[in-house]
Amino acid sequence: MSEAKDVVEKPQADIQAAQKPERVLQPPVDICEDGAGINLWIDMPGVSREHLNIQVDRETLLIEGQANIDMPEGMKSLYADIRSTHYRRSFALSSELDTETIEAAMKDGVLNLRIHKKPESRPRKIEVVTG
Amino acid sequence: MFGSLTNFDGSLFDQLRRIEQEVNEAFGLDPHLPGIRSVAKGTFPPINVGATPDKVDVYLFSPGIDPGKLEVSIQQNLLTVAGERQAVAVEAGKFYRKERFQGEFRRVITLPDDVDPDRVEASYTDGVLHISVKRREASRPRQIEIR
Repeated sequence: MSEAKDVVEKPQADIQAAQKPERVLQPPVDICEDGAGINLWIDMPGVSREHLNIQVDRETLLIEGQANIDMPEGMKSLYADIRSTHYRRSFALSSELDTETIEAAMKDGVLNLRIHKKPESRPRKIEVVTG
Repeated sequence: MFGSLTNFDGSLFDQLRRIEQEVNEAFGLDPHLPGIRSVAKGTFPPINVGATPDKVDVYLFSPGIDPGKLEVSIQQNLLTVAGERQAVAVEAGKFYRKERFQGEFRRVITLPDDVDPDRVEASYTDGVLHISVKRREASRPRQIEIR
C-alpha cells in the first residue's frame, strides 16, 4: 500500500473543507444490511440528481448535495427550520464492500445507495456436523 | 445526565446548544413564547416560511412522499399540511440506523392575516412541498406621493 500518498491527500481535504465555511446540514440516514450488500436511504429534500456528489475515496464514502430551491427575490424570512442548502454525510466503509459497483438512485429528495459485497465476502452457511 | 436521547451523535455543538437552552430557561431569557400550534424542534417535516409584499411562500422539506397522499388545506390564515411517510420496504436484512422519519405527520402554520385563502398554489419537487399563498391587494404597501 502506498502510505506516502495518504500523507499528501489529507491536507488537501482539509484545505477544501476550510474553503467552505458554509453551514452544513447532516441529513438523516437509514442503513440496512442484507446478505448481498448494504442499502442506504438519505433524506436530501431539494437536491436534484445533478446537484449530488457521491465519492468513494479508499474506504470513505462521502455524500454531498446542494439543495436548489427557487425563492422569489426580496423574500423576507418569517420562519426557518432549515438554514442551509448544503448537505453532507460520510461513512467509513469496510474492506469486504465492493466500492466499484455502488448503485445510486434519487427520487423525491431521497437518495438510495446500494453497496454490494464482494462475492467472496457473502455469508456462507457453515454446517455443524456432529461427530 | 443521560445526554440526549434524540440527537444522533451528541456533538459539542449539541451540548453547547443545550447549555444555551438551559441558561435561557433558568433566567427566562427566551423572548419568544412558543405558539399554541408550534411543535418541538426537529419535528418532521422542517418548514421555512418567507414573505414578499404580494405573497407568502411556505416550503415543507418532506422527501419521499407520494404527492397524492399529501393533504393541504387552508382556513382563513391557518395552513394545514398532513400526510404519511411509509417506512422503506425491506424484504430481508437488519437496520443499523433508522434516523429518517416514518409515520403520519401534521403541521399547522399560522400565516400573516392578509393572505387570500382562495389563491393558493402547491407543487412538489425533489421532496420539497412549496405552497404559495397570495396576499390581498389592499394590504400591499403603497407608495404615497408627496405633493
